[in-house]
Amino acid sequence: MPPATGESATTGTPTIGTPATGTHAIETTGLTKSYGGVRVLDSLDLRVETGTVFALLGPNGAGKTTTVRVLTTLAAPDAGHARVAGHDVVTERRAVRRAISLTGQYAAVDETLTGAENLRLTARLSGLSRRAAARRADELLERFRLTDARDRQTKTYSGGMRRRLDLAAGLVRDPGTTRVVFLDEPTTGLDPRSRNELWDAVRELSAHGTTVFLTTQYLEEADRLAHRVAVLGGGRTLAEGTPEELKRRYAGHRLDLVARDREAYLRLAPRATGHTPATLTLGVPTDGSAAHVRALLDELDPHRTDIARFAVHSATLDDVFLTLTSATKEPSHV
Amino acid sequence: MSDATASPLATATALVGRGLLLSRRNLDAVVTALVMPVMLMLVFVYFFGGAIDTGTTRYVTYVVPGVIVLCAGFGAAATAVSVSEDMRRGTVDRLRTLDVGAVPFLTGHVVATVARNLLATALVLGVAFLIGFRPTATPGGWLAAIGLLLAYITAVSWLSAAAGLVAKTPEAANAVTFLMMFLPYPSSAFVPIDTMPGWLHGFAEHQPVTPLIESMRGLLLDQPVGDAPWTALAWCGGLLALGVAVSGALFRRRTR
Repeated sequence: MPPATGESATTGTPTIGTPATGTHAIETTGLTKSYGGVRVLDSLDLRVETGTVFALLGPNGAGKTTTVRVLTTLAAPDAGHARVAGHDVVTERRAVRRAISLTGQYAAVDETLTGAENLRLTARLSGLSRRAAARRADELLERFRLTDARDRQTKTYSGGMRRRLDLAAGLVRDPGTTRVVFLDEPTTGLDPRSRNELWDAVRELSAHGTTVFLTTQYLEEADRLAHRVAVLGGGRTLAEGTPEELKRRYAGHRLDLVARDREAYLRLAPRATGHTPATLTLGVPTDGSAAHVRALLDELDPHRTDIARFAVHSATLDDVFLTLTSATKEPSHV
Repeated sequence: MSDATASPLATATALVGRGLLLSRRNLDAVVTALVMPVMLMLVFVYFFGGAIDTGTTRYVTYVVPGVIVLCAGFGAAATAVSVSEDMRRGTVDRLRTLDVGAVPFLTGHVVATVARNLLATALVLGVAFLIGFRPTATPGGWLAAIGLLLAYITAVSWLSAAAGLVAKTPEAANAVTFLMMFLPYPSSAFVPIDTMPGWLHGFAEHQPVTPLIESMRGLLLDQPVGDAPWTALAWCGGLLALGVAVSGALFRRRTR
């Protein structure tokens, strides 16, 4: 009996609520990585709480895939540190690999093998015995609703089914062992129905207590799935928070302006974050208050000649994204 | 159990199983790998053979070892393509996150190649018998010839696996292995070296394929082979070591 109490005393040490390493599934400080002289990650700091869904949002070339590759031990950072599931990605590579799964942008399943064969193979590779691997494959096929297709070659699968199989293949180890799941653009190229199916699969993972780190270009995806979102641009975090916070903080509302003519449109364009030249419409972030909208209109169009009409909308994550990324690139939208 | 990672042996076994299964499912490629060497042999024996004077030996008997070695090169090229395919897709990334090393991964590909190649070799020998190939090898000679061939196939398959890791696309991987497929031509595989221009002799006599061909021919016809088998074995050992070392380094370093 005494050993038991001793043990509970040490493991029961309250770490919840303090920003200690233990409560974070992923933690990076000053992560930097260059490829061929181009700085892809520029002192990136991220913190992902255990058990949450975290979305890394950014356009092509923002450094999303590089971040995933560093966090999954596939590429070593040039500088900075990263810990995943409590282990350093460089010095404790093996321990990290044992705690994670990766589903990359490109499918990692063999097209001429059946769904069941693919899962059994991956399970064997992760250290399960032949029998345990077969059992695990059956469980995963069931869980990802692929049982009917288990004995078909995966080249006959739909895009969504293949992604689900790929996701399942990342989870061949005991659910308790795989603690952080990385999904690199999991729904790119999927039709809306397949996308919904994959979202369900991610929600289910999260419900099991698994930490999910996903990258996406789709703001809607981050909005729907993630507890927290980081907007990545030029290899650093431009903003971080819950989808609600980001929308409130960076673009609570959006003021849509319709210019009177093309000249007016060009005069106003540099100040806007959203551009639709075809309809001479521009978007400008605002907090939505009458005072701010009035001030903005006066500031943008002091002579009251350029703006024909305006409307105020609640912001979407697209607006957050555009607000943040327009600051980092030159306004070449005219 | 849940925290276990697979032993390298278990990993290699699983990946060899994968390689063999993929070969079986990819019948087009296997049929090509089988038919091609037979066709080549027929071309050499019936189209070119009449014009080639190889001394006292019948041309079919002279050319069989060359055809077998040539088809080892073709088989090895398939390794480069399939490895490169795994690089392009997410397979290699997945394997690396599962802590699978270069050796078990490439062993899976190489063993599948060797298996396909042995099948092709058996077929070539069978057809060769039908058209007049009459080896006079002792059982020991057969074993030694097959052993040398295995060593060569394994060595060039590993080299071509390394090429598959370097190449950006499967097409490029195929091109990189061109050298391996070409190597039997400037050797004694198809014509005696003394019929080649003088400046080629130095290369033809000292490249890896010539001692291999000379050994296999000698062993199959029960003629003295001198130290050619040892030279061939040394070449194979060197090429294998190079292939394993280079592919290991590439596998660790390669990042997309």
